[in-house]
Amino acid sequence: MIIFNLFFYVFAGILACVFYYHTANYLLDFFTKNSSKKIYNDSSIRAIIFIAPALVVLIIFIIYPVFETVRLSFFDKYGRDFVGINNYLWAFNDPEFRRCILNNLGWLLIVPTLSTFFGLVIANLADRIWWGTIAKSIIFMPMAISFVGAGVIWKFVYDYRGPGDEQIGLLNAIIVSFGLEPQAWITIPIWNNLFLMAIMIWIQTGLAMVIFSAALRSIPKEMLEAARIDGASEFKIFTSIIIPYLEQTILVIWTIITILVLKIFDIILAMTNGQWQTEVLANLMYDWMFRGGGDSGRGSVMAIIIMIGVIPIMAWNIHRHREEQKV
Amino acid sequence: MKKNIFPSIISQLILLVFVIVWILPTFGLFISSLRDKDLLANSGWWTSLITNEINEIYRTGKQESQFQQDNFYQIKGNFFNNVEGKKISSFGVTSKSINEYFVGEKAILKNGSEIIVFENGDYIWKSKEPFTNKNGKRIFITATSPPKFTLENYKEVLFKEGVGQAFINTLTVAIPSTLIPLIICSFFAYALSWMKFFGRDTLLAIIIASLVVPLQMSLIPLLSIYNDIGALFNIGAKSYPGVWMAHTGFGLASTTFLLRNFIKSLPHEMIEAARVDGANHYNIFTRIILPLSIPAFASIFILQFLWVWNDLLVGLVFLDQVPSEIILTAKLRELLGSRGENWEILTTGAFVSMTVPLAIFFLLQRYFIRGLVAGSVKG
Repeated sequence: MIIFNLFFYVFAGILACVFYYHTANYLLDFFTKNSSKKIYNDSSIRAIIFIAPALVVLIIFIIYPVFETVRLSFFDKYGRDFVGINNYLWAFNDPEFRRCILNNLGWLLIVPTLSTFFGLVIANLADRIWWGTIAKSIIFMPMAISFVGAGVIWKFVYDYRGPGDEQIGLLNAIIVSFGLEPQAWITIPIWNNLFLMAIMIWIQTGLAMVIFSAALRSIPKEMLEAARIDGASEFKIFTSIIIPYLEQTILVIWTIITILVLKIFDIILAMTNGQWQTEVLANLMYDWMFRGGGDSGRGSVMAIIIMIGVIPIMAWNIHRHREEQKV
Repeated sequence: MKKNIFPSIISQLILLVFVIVWILPTFGLFISSLRDKDLLANSGWWTSLITNEINEIYRTGKQESQFQQDNFYQIKGNFFNNVEGKKISSFGVTSKSINEYFVGEKAILKNGSEIIVFENGDYIWKSKEPFTNKNGKRIFITATSPPKFTLENYKEVLFKEGVGQAFINTLTVAIPSTLIPLIICSFFAYALSWMKFFGRDTLLAIIIASLVVPLQMSLIPLLSIYNDIGALFNIGAKSYPGVWMAHTGFGLASTTFLLRNFIKSLPHEMIEAARVDGANHYNIFTRIILPLSIPAFASIFILQFLWVWNDLLVGLVFLDQVPSEIILTAKLRELLGSRGENWEILTTGAFVSMTVPLAIFFLLQRYFIRGLVAGSVKG
């Protein structure tokens, strides 16, 4: 029965799409059949048929909400009365919010840096070792799984039992085998943020590695061989040829991971739900969407702060695209 | 780069450390999901991989169970209640020397009675005099227990905890949420690449800008639209079609952008030739572009499918958290709250949620990587 519903839904959804495009185009052909004008080939009506569904979705789900969120951030919790910048003032005086800003900054500094660095090192090492393909496959694997799944995996690694009991968490078992005290890792303020970041680094390194791996192949072999013949060490080649050559790629990976980190939500919700000073913007926003019946003003402020972090990257992307179009 | 058969040991060691750190957490989760829940709660998963030596204390049967045979009073039995697996290597009758005797050896007690313990846990206690002790004799054994795995956790998690239902729900969300944007965006991308209309470049710039707009910017207004629509038609605000449309909206920019890059790269002579022959854009799209785009579709399908499958936020906001609608990631998060100490449930649930992504990963890795690289290096 459940399976039947599944098939029905899938079939109905897809049929509706196909039906729209086919019928609309058929009707257009039908009504323009006898017109000898150029309209047949270059019809702007057909362009409308092609772009209308996507455009409607884009307007409803992205464009309108962006402006509406900006508007709501100046209104009260029900979105009824104008309150000026009161929501923003409240936010910057709220200790929880300020903690979020600090934590998000920490995430932004550490996660993209380490993921990119590890990715570059691994891509470089794996390309020269015969079992490198298998190694890359293993390091890439966390990319496929969900943040919540990764959360469970690492919560198990960080699991804590009292000093007398046998530790079932890998990290504490290692610590104890060195004769140290076991720790409840995710409840130690400030440091626990690092343990949560480790999860994100564990996931995103694979992404960086794969992209670097593809980019490394584009480096001219003659250049590397010439450097080797001239007696440059592998380390020198890495710092003087490979890194400058990959500058653009490094920037691209950095921005991709930065955007992901700005929106980081699932890991925090699953691991701590913002307790022990691990709160981040996206999780606090989710909280305010429902806390006390929901506060659309405060929630919108948090969305906008995340958006402000993204705007420089957005501008850079558009600029880069314009440059490419010129060439 | 040239592959060296004998790369430096240091390179290999560094890479090996990375590989171990990256694989161990997932491997531990997988092993744990296959372990007995009592063992899982009391010992690290790494202990289950090797044959362990354990020391245990058992008691023989009480005097009531004695019987007479061949002029001896005897008590017979099995310490393990005939559970397979454990093997006794030695035993003892006093706490001072717990491995005094090997299996099969005769231990003579102070009162002259003799006891033999066998490898599988069977024992015979013989005496010329009737037994008078009340509680049975304490026997100390040293046994080895081999690695033992069970699918019991999976049975429980799938059918009793509702993870099986959540799995189906996730499929119901993920398949249309992947196919609908693919269809809509392929037409859109074609129009952006090959049709001339007013505002095309602006639209493309909007798409590129939308690529990075955080999902959070849309949540609050959309939630209120959904509530209004629900109230208008007097139906629940949250439903499967609603969540498909949300995923379509959030995946639209990236899907369009990737497809446009691909369709734009097709040779334009081909399209112009078809138009000279009188084909209209719809025919060109369905007969020429679609068949050529299958590999690009595969990559984008995988990216979007994994994104939807692994999503938590959209599923939390746009679906009710009830058994008939809850998705896997939300279910897992709920279990983390309610069953936080039941690692057999958490590890198994997490592994169930990972099966589909891992299958896609191992079977279609090439397409997955191609999509990711196309989305970043070109973007």
